[in-house]
Amino acid sequence: MRKWCLVLLTTLPVLFSLVACGGPPSSTPATSRLDTVKSRGKLICGVSGELPGFSFVSSDGKYAGLDVDVCRAIASAIFNNPDAVEFRNLNAKERFTAVQTGEVDILSRNTSWTLSRDTSVGLEFAPVMFYDGQAIMVKKDSGIKSLTDLKGKAICTQTGTTNEQNLGDQMRKLGIPYKPVVFEDINTTFATYAEGRCQGVTSDRSQLLSRRTTLPQPQNHLILDAVLSKEPLAPAVANGDSKWFDVVKWSIYTLINAEELGINSKNIAQFANSKDPEVTRFLGKEGNLGEGLGLPNDFAVRIIKNVGNYGEIYDRYLGPKTPFNLPRGQNNLWTKGGLQYSPPFR
Amino acid sequence: MNQPEIDNVPSAVRLSPLGWLRKNLFNTWYNSLLTIGCFWIFYQILRNFLSWAFTNAKWAVVQANFRLFLVGRYPVSQSWRIWIVFGILAIMAGLSWAAIAHKLPSKLNRWLPWIWVIVFAIICWLIGGGSGLTPVSTNLWNGLLLTIFTTIISIGLSFPLGILLALGRQSTLPVVRWFSILYIEIIRGLPLIGILFMAQVMLPLVLPSEIRLDRVLRAIAGLVLFSAAYMAENVRGGLQAVPRGQVEAARSLGFNTLLILLFIVLPQALRAVIPAIVGQFIGLFKDTSLLSLFALVELTGISRSILAQPQFLGRYAEVYLFVGLIYWVFCYSMSLASRGLEKELDVGKT
Repeated sequence: MRKWCLVLLTTLPVLFSLVACGGPPSSTPATSRLDTVKSRGKLICGVSGELPGFSFVSSDGKYAGLDVDVCRAIASAIFNNPDAVEFRNLNAKERFTAVQTGEVDILSRNTSWTLSRDTSVGLEFAPVMFYDGQAIMVKKDSGIKSLTDLKGKAICTQTGTTNEQNLGDQMRKLGIPYKPVVFEDINTTFATYAEGRCQGVTSDRSQLLSRRTTLPQPQNHLILDAVLSKEPLAPAVANGDSKWFDVVKWSIYTLINAEELGINSKNIAQFANSKDPEVTRFLGKEGNLGEGLGLPNDFAVRIIKNVGNYGEIYDRYLGPKTPFNLPRGQNNLWTKGGLQYSPPFR
Repeated sequence: MNQPEIDNVPSAVRLSPLGWLRKNLFNTWYNSLLTIGCFWIFYQILRNFLSWAFTNAKWAVVQANFRLFLVGRYPVSQSWRIWIVFGILAIMAGLSWAAIAHKLPSKLNRWLPWIWVIVFAIICWLIGGGSGLTPVSTNLWNGLLLTIFTTIISIGLSFPLGILLALGRQSTLPVVRWFSILYIEIIRGLPLIGILFMAQVMLPLVLPSEIRLDRVLRAIAGLVLFSAAYMAENVRGGLQAVPRGQVEAARSLGFNTLLILLFIVLPQALRAVIPAIVGQFIGLFKDTSLLSLFALVELTGISRSILAQPQFLGRYAEVYLFVGLIYWVFCYSMSLASRGLEKELDVGKT
């Protein structure tokens, strides 16, 4: 027995001390993450992996979606290879830890940009990729057209989310009494609505749209125009590395600017001999915009060729040819009444 | 009247099907009512289910993603490695079975545990690559492959750890005993989801930033720590079932402590608790589905990813039924194997 006890005595505490000890994570990286990514040869990108339209694994085993293409664009800019990305699925709770500890280079997981996340969580938010907002879905034949029509009606929502809180805040502000019906599980929430036990159901607009396609008669349901909250979904990186942050930021602006200039993955060859100084600068024929970012000057060409512009990405995953058929709305270019705006490339 | 009752027994045993029905299901009016009621409910459920399965259900989601379910994003060009692994596993399972049934030459029998260790290293090399093979990083080990991998490693590690803890709990050295008791009671008092959360989210925060533990490794660590505590209690039950006289007899024959433990106590103790241990392994296999909450893409995790594909939105029932079937097949074969093992070792006949 004694020998065994000795073995036990030595191994178990060693195992535990391995787990328990260790200092706080070092906060100031000596080198920029851009150099780390370059020397690693691939980008590590945190996504949800289970969100229709934003990130999912397609049947051929490849990640796809709006959030996914952000990372593919950045990989294109650095390596000229959209597939030089390793995707990590992250859940809502561990996503921030993963960025803080440097487990992922970038978080592209439909995360709402808020003040507290920007400050106390220690994130740096890149430009908004998708302007989402909380909305309410009702049945078309119910005659409900606005929030005031929901007086005294039952509204299904998920408990513990900001959705529940926003609904309460908005309705109290407007002085409209209603019956909240809350569920733990998102599937139950929508199943209850489908059975007609609630007159309305509330969630983020993008979520409502994807859920609507799964209802028995999608065309019989209407999403009200009223917006209960602002949910700007933006990719994020860790605080305190402005070189890396610049690369992420301008890769996304490249997508938006390309759409503004009318350049997409199919017609980019025609722009090669363009005389427009704005285009030549943007595509790196003239000047040295890329150098300032630590990228080759033709980084915009690489992004557009491999991934496309913002409009192409949007249409690919959320546009009219997809089951979602989500109108651009606020996600249109600023020139077309939306909010997508890129600072000038000069 | 005068006939002995024994004559009636065979005729009672050999009932015609109709007679059997009458005797067991329709012997009183309320039993008949219950029988008819139950059959009606059963029929309705079955009919609705079958009509859904054959008309409404769109099984294309399973067909199109079959590969994803099994190995996930493991590179197609490297699939042959997975096939070899399954081949090796099948051979090893056969060998082990033969060893348990005492059909192997004793020399091979003695080396079998070491062969397992070597085979395990080969399997890890085959799946993970490196030194000659294309490396495949763990985030590409998905689907059923990851489920089975985590289960096998967790079982392999928690089993010895559990035995050590069980022995430690019975030790005469107070430090060892109290440590074991503390460990077992703390872990048993925590939900598995909490332990996994610690392993996935807290561990990277407390470890120095130079040390990056792999996500799969962290998950396995959580499962092993949890399962070892339960294993320890199962084994302790077995240890207590071994009569004191066995140890005393062995000692009087001049066995030392280690030999007594290895050849007298543990074989009897473990044999007595096979059903409990296998039950725990089955539980462990199913518990790996919790890893999907930590975004590890095992069988349940890949199902959630597949459900987000735009062309298969809302196909929950089909996907979860299919995944459930896979889980059931594995759990049921484990319990079949355990039943065979008990039979072979004559558990309960001593």
